[in-house]
Amino acid sequence: MKVPMSWFGDYTDISGVSPKEYNDALTMSGSKVEGIEFLGKELDRVVSGKINSVTPHPDSDHLVICMVDVGGEVLQIVTGAPNVKEGQIVPVALDGSTLPNGVKIKKGKLRGVESNGMLCSHDEMGITEADLGYEPEYGILILPEDTEIGIEMRDYFGLNENVVEFEITSNRPDCFSVIGLARETAVTFDKPFNVPVPKYTENSENINDYVSVEVKNPEKCLRYSAKMVKNVKIGPSPKWLAARLRACGVRSINNIVDITNYLLLEYGQPMHAFDLRDLVGGKIVVRDAADGEAIKTLDEQDRTLTANDLVIADGERAVAVAGVMGGFNSEVKSDTTTVVFESATFDGASVRQTAQRLGLRTEASSRYEKGLDANNTVPALERACELVQMLGCGEVVGGMIDVKGNIRPLVTLTLRPAKINAFLGTDIPTADMISTLTKLGFEVDEANMTVTAPSFRPDIESEADVAEEIARFYGYDKIPSTLLSGEATVGGKTPLQKLRDKINRTLVGCGMSEIYTYTFTSPSDFDKIRIPADSSLRNTVKITNPLGEDTSIMRTTTIASMLNILSYNYSHRNENVALFEIGKIYLPKGDVLPEEPEKITLGLYGDYDFFALKGIVELLADTLNIDGMEFARESENPTFHTGRCAKVTIDGKDMGVIGEIHPDVLKAYGLDTSCYVAELDLAAIFAAAGGTVKYKQLPKFPAAQRDIALLVDKSVAVADLEKTIRKASGEILDSVKLFDVYEGAQIPEGKKSVAYAIFFRASDRSLTNEEISKVFTKITKDLEYKNGAVLR
Amino acid sequence: MKNKLAQIKEDVLMHLKEANELDALENIRIKYLGKKGELTAVLKGMGALSAEERPQIGALANEIRSLLEKEIDEKKTELIKKATEERLKKEVIDVTMPGKKQPSGSLHPLTKVLDDIKDIAIGMGFEIAEGPEVELDYYNFEALNIPKNHPARDTQDTFYVSDNVVLRTQTSPMQIRVMENKKPPIRIIAPGRVYRSDAVDATHSPVFHQIEGLVVDKGITMADLKGTLDAFMKALYGKETRTRFRPHHFPFTEPSAEMDISCYVCGGEGCRVCKGEGWIEILGCGMVYPKVLANCGIDPEVYSGFAFGFGLERVAMGRYNIDDLRLFFENDTRFLKQF
Repeated sequence: MKVPMSWFGDYTDISGVSPKEYNDALTMSGSKVEGIEFLGKELDRVVSGKINSVTPHPDSDHLVICMVDVGGEVLQIVTGAPNVKEGQIVPVALDGSTLPNGVKIKKGKLRGVESNGMLCSHDEMGITEADLGYEPEYGILILPEDTEIGIEMRDYFGLNENVVEFEITSNRPDCFSVIGLARETAVTFDKPFNVPVPKYTENSENINDYVSVEVKNPEKCLRYSAKMVKNVKIGPSPKWLAARLRACGVRSINNIVDITNYLLLEYGQPMHAFDLRDLVGGKIVVRDAADGEAIKTLDEQDRTLTANDLVIADGERAVAVAGVMGGFNSEVKSDTTTVVFESATFDGASVRQTAQRLGLRTEASSRYEKGLDANNTVPALERACELVQMLGCGEVVGGMIDVKGNIRPLVTLTLRPAKINAFLGTDIPTADMISTLTKLGFEVDEANMTVTAPSFRPDIESEADVAEEIARFYGYDKIPSTLLSGEATVGGKTPLQKLRDKINRTLVGCGMSEIYTYTFTSPSDFDKIRIPADSSLRNTVKITNPLGEDTSIMRTTTIASMLNILSYNYSHRNENVALFEIGKIYLPKGDVLPEEPEKITLGLYGDYDFFALKGIVELLADTLNIDGMEFARESENPTFHTGRCAKVTIDGKDMGVIGEIHPDVLKAYGLDTSCYVAELDLAAIFAAAGGTVKYKQLPKFPAAQRDIALLVDKSVAVADLEKTIRKASGEILDSVKLFDVYEGAQIPEGKKSVAYAIFFRASDRSLTNEEISKVFTKITKDLEYKNGAVLR
Repeated sequence: MKNKLAQIKEDVLMHLKEANELDALENIRIKYLGKKGELTAVLKGMGALSAEERPQIGALANEIRSLLEKEIDEKKTELIKKATEERLKKEVIDVTMPGKKQPSGSLHPLTKVLDDIKDIAIGMGFEIAEGPEVELDYYNFEALNIPKNHPARDTQDTFYVSDNVVLRTQTSPMQIRVMENKKPPIRIIAPGRVYRSDAVDATHSPVFHQIEGLVVDKGITMADLKGTLDAFMKALYGKETRTRFRPHHFPFTEPSAEMDISCYVCGGEGCRVCKGEGWIEILGCGMVYPKVLANCGIDPEVYSGFAFGFGLERVAMGRYNIDDLRLFFENDTRFLKQF
């Protein structure tokens, strides 16, 4: 909401308050000032001047030399404008001035003749035809003959004005008006506040003889008031009114329409002017629209309504969408002679729904939807009549139509100063509280200690709301700052939160960088990572109003997100990339809300291979004291290389997947390099993570080492060999270490050589050779029997 | 014989002076003091001496032997020292050559900032609450005093999953979830992802992060809100930081405020970062609206509380001088590795 500061002067006194003081004070009392703009800042040193003479330019056909009196000084100015004549009064940009279009005016020579300024058109001064109220002839703007010479054009056009832009919050519909903001201003500066009662005369006729109003839906139309004006003379508005509208960002159209817009700004009351000729049967009916009912609105758009929308209709058809926009069929025209001013209150939620459905947010609808004061319709109408007379643009017909619907009752609350002080942590005297509330328009019953909120304050519902009114004028900055007292709380992180921290630290220690990815994704990602059409992963949480297809579903896997980021880095030529993320997936289930399990996702490309990634996962398991993590070949996962993918389990429980990405998937992501990705379930890891470590005594007796070299089928997994060794060794096994895997020369086709170092140890004695040999024999036998392994 | 011994002593001392290498030194030792050395040979010849002379010569020989041994040892120490010094000289490296890099990982800047915020909160006795991102309309709006068709919904362009389910637009639903499940005293922060239907640009993202805070107990005042947040901001932005509270509106707090901090770049003088204001808007806060407490089964006549919420990205952008929100989600390693 923009308001020129001078307008507040109509209701209160802020003389002597600088824009900066105003900005700070109002911001701190709750009407946030976004900025204050001096309208005339771009129109400096442009003054009115009288053309004393016009002579031809010696070296140009289209230039002329003017001698211009700018008040106390006569300047020689060369101009190419076709319309200058001796005796005219015109705007003159003086040497050193800058025009709104950025042109800097400097003394100089035009075709050899000195020119000490520039004569201006309205465009060059940033003044529109609407601001002027008429269409000027082409060329220099010719000012009226009685214009004083030497006056600043910004004064002339009412631009010597500071315009305040407020951020109005949705709870304060009353502040979407000059009067509402003037009230806040007055209370802020502790100045008197007064809204003059509108004065006008009306003829002896009665509006009821011309127009009837029927409200069929009193739930949605809380009040409908109307006044009539006849013998209307449509024409431009006076300069002062156009200037005020302009300062508020509203274009001047004609006197009647401008009056309704003026009231919208001043009283915050949306008004509409109907041409009586267009109201069939002189009837105004406020009713629900019929499903499919059509109306062309003022913006010349055809709109289709539903039974949820409220319309203003005449005897036959809808003439306005209530609270949103008038109809094209009943607008004020240049030959309109009789207008009916509508000043009504509609239910906010209803207007909001209609405006949203029609995609038509207007100045009116955005005010209505916040809940307007039903007591404002009549004063606004009276002010409109006053303006009609002030502008001399019509004759006010006697009588008023005022149909009341279900008006919201006033809210009365108990005032408990002690409670409010306890709530705020302050010591504000009761008298000060009462004084503030009274100035804000509350009625305070001191005998019963109750307060009644004014009808224009629908936001006041409870004591806390009253406390805020008191607090913001007491000054938030005067409320002390205290630290929390009362029962102590320990605070801290949950075990899961600590686990996440530990995972982060470990993976960063492995040289990985943490990433944050979008959690919504594209359905096409499933195709890119080769998820089958019937996979349950394709059952997703869908956004009904997404920004686009590529962010339309909530992800059910994090692998695509990781690949997107790997791809981004690859395309930016980043080398050796190692990334991780702990992030959610969203799995629909029977309930209304989905499950949101978390995944640890790792992704690598560059100087890495499968075992680099596996090593990171194993280190993570070690760090988190997870025992029994196993990797089993997985050839069915379509996202991964069929021969280089493993399912990760802990004690048989599914933990996730790890592997090299399938070449088709790489291609789909534009990755021309091998990528290694793991997706692990955080909850499963959390469940498996060990608690406090228990210290094991260091060995007192030496370990004995036996090496073993085996020849096995190429397809045998070394993990299976190790399992056999472990099982055969029994309790004297200390550790097993794979130290060589070899294929090639001296090894038969289809076979590989595998070599282990096996360490034996007992905690209570030195092992004898016999003991060890016995176990070693069993190991070799078992390996042969279970794994077809032959000693080399 | 005496002369012979004296001669040996002199010879050895002379040779020692000339010896420059450990090998030469060892040769001297063997030649004179070894089992077959000259001194030993002299001693072997002692049998030919008279009983009077023998102890004298013996003593003299021993004296010379220990003297020479000591001299040789000293020379040896000296030569070792010299040899070491020479070796080290040869082993000089160019210490300005680049180090052997360990692969360096990095936490995301948002995590780093959030970790700091969590540490501060935990130090003040707060716990960390978590909750769903796909949220019921009830928790995201209605329980927070934002009914359907309320204009306050305009400021939060919402992604809908169904009429009753949204992607949460704020972390404030965590206030409700916590209050429904926990009796006062409550002190929590709830960081998390939130979603708004904003197209991506340098300052907008459909996904971003907020941190919600909630304190509910007997006797919690607006002065507590101010003091707590002031202490919080001093911990986060440095102890010179000042805070300013301006009235504002949120449907679920009353009185409500926006809080500014003194500009962390200019300290309040006014600069480009604070647009000359000296203040930077950081968070929204207020006293929990009584109706909201009551919605959660907490008696507003007995308990009161305050809540606050702020954007993680904004804090991180300010701290690291990042001017484009998109960097956080692009995850370019050249960006990530800077943190």
